[in-house]
Amino acid sequence: MNFMASKQPENSLLGPEADSQRTLYPYVTGTSVVALKYKDGILMAADMGGSYGSTLRYKNVERMKAIGKHSLLGASGEISDFQEILRYLDDLILYDNMWDDGNSLGPKEVHNYLTRVMYNRRNKFNPLWNSLVLGGIKNGQKYLGTVSMIGVNFEDDHVATGFGNHLARPILRQEWHENLSFEDGVKLLEKCMRVLLYRDRSAINKLQIAKITEEGMTISQPYSLKTYWEFSAFENPTQGAVGSW
Amino acid sequence: MQKCIKNGPLAQLLNAKKAYPVRPEPWKGPPTVSYRKMFRNQYDTDVTTWSPAGRLFQVEYAMEAVKQGSAAIGLRSKTHIVLGCVNKANSELSSHQKKIFKVDDHIGVAIAGLTADGRVLSRYMRNECINYSFTYESPLPVGRLVVQLADKAQVCTQRSWKRPYGVGLLVAGLDESGAHLYYNCPSGNYFEYQAFAIGSRSQAAKTYLERKFENFTDASRDDLVKDALMAIRETLQGETLKSSVCTIAVVGVGEPFHILDQGTVQQMIDAFEIVGEQEGPAAEPDAAAGQEASAEPEQGAAAGEGVAPMDI
Repeated sequence: MNFMASKQPENSLLGPEADSQRTLYPYVTGTSVVALKYKDGILMAADMGGSYGSTLRYKNVERMKAIGKHSLLGASGEISDFQEILRYLDDLILYDNMWDDGNSLGPKEVHNYLTRVMYNRRNKFNPLWNSLVLGGIKNGQKYLGTVSMIGVNFEDDHVATGFGNHLARPILRQEWHENLSFEDGVKLLEKCMRVLLYRDRSAINKLQIAKITEEGMTISQPYSLKTYWEFSAFENPTQGAVGSW
Repeated sequence: MQKCIKNGPLAQLLNAKKAYPVRPEPWKGPPTVSYRKMFRNQYDTDVTTWSPAGRLFQVEYAMEAVKQGSAAIGLRSKTHIVLGCVNKANSELSSHQKKIFKVDDHIGVAIAGLTADGRVLSRYMRNECINYSFTYESPLPVGRLVVQLADKAQVCTQRSWKRPYGVGLLVAGLDESGAHLYYNCPSGNYFEYQAFAIGSRSQAAKTYLERKFENFTDASRDDLVKDALMAIRETLQGETLKSSVCTIAVVGVGEPFHILDQGTVQQMIDAFEIVGEQEGPAAEPDAAAGQEASAEPEQGAAAGEGVAPMDI
């Protein structure tokens, strides 16, 4: 008995049936990405872990990819959504190249395009569950920005996602300066990643560092950081802790 | 009863020949109707008909409409582009039509032909620029806008229910790769130019520009505007050049697209009109540049004679 037209159109994303068609929770996730501007371009670091809840299930996930000639994208959050974003960007860069006219999309343009995509998906209650870091250099201009899953975006000299915001950014605020050399940049990133390795339980000790300069993008082979677990603070960590019950 | 039918109005129906020929009549050639004598062609009824010579006459007629419009000219240097047009008013009582449109801070367009079609295309161009800016926070490269415009015009040359746009557009814009001036045809073609003129009596302006264009790349902004005014003067053929009969617009590095106000234009006209009297209208490029530079201090003296002082 259908007295009135249904309140929602059949293809809406609201209502019980539609829940299977939109992202409600992330499943396979990547943890922090950290990036900074240095003398010749951008340096970005991310580990290679894909967690399935609390299980460190996948240990060979590349979470940073080159976009076109001028940009580098790193993502944390749902890995399948990151792959979807890479497909969008693939199309974007393809059409840009098909113009074949000497113009090309730079990091600023890609960052804004991603902002539009993320924000529009959020408005439809079907977000891409990622925090993205977009860095690049074009015509000598360095660019580093970030977009969250709800479309919050900004640029800065150093950015991070997830736990990186709490553990890495304070280090960067103290120690980052203009025109870091490549070696100093890498040392600074490794310092941040080491802290994250100690304190973030979804981090694994297998990371890559990517750099993007005018010449192009290079990404290192996966490697691990030296860690030291004999700090006295690590012995009996709960001694003296105040419980809540 | 039969007699009634045979002789009455229905008789025609009864006696009519069959609608289809039983044996087809031999082809006597294409039907010759009197109005066909007015037009050169029988292949010009719609845009989707080719002529035996491989031409689309409707498209060519559309380009004819551009030639009938009042003149528009454009010229560019490495860093600036100047657009100019002649203001033709319907009557002394009416105001003139707007023929130069700002499309974005870095792109402007001057039109010749069906102004209404030009307005519609300007609106399309503005839309494209705004959408690109919103998505990419970056200005749309002129070269891409021009191709989109050309593809839009081409559609109208391949649909039987459409007609080609009857307007030619001079698109001036700044890009990463520098300053550009393009001409978009009703045919869907586009060309890049150092300098160009379209519309009625544009040939006179083109002749002037052909003489001078080698100097444009390195010319200063002011020299470029002066050359634009001189090119417009050529199309007026004797009529006095005043700021009320022309419109000038400039876009350049560090200078967003804007239309110069009448006062400034008049001052520039006054400046070089005097120079023109001193050395004759057909000046050599080097001599003109030299004269303009040395003539400037003389403007102060001439000012006393009732001419507006140079205030640029």
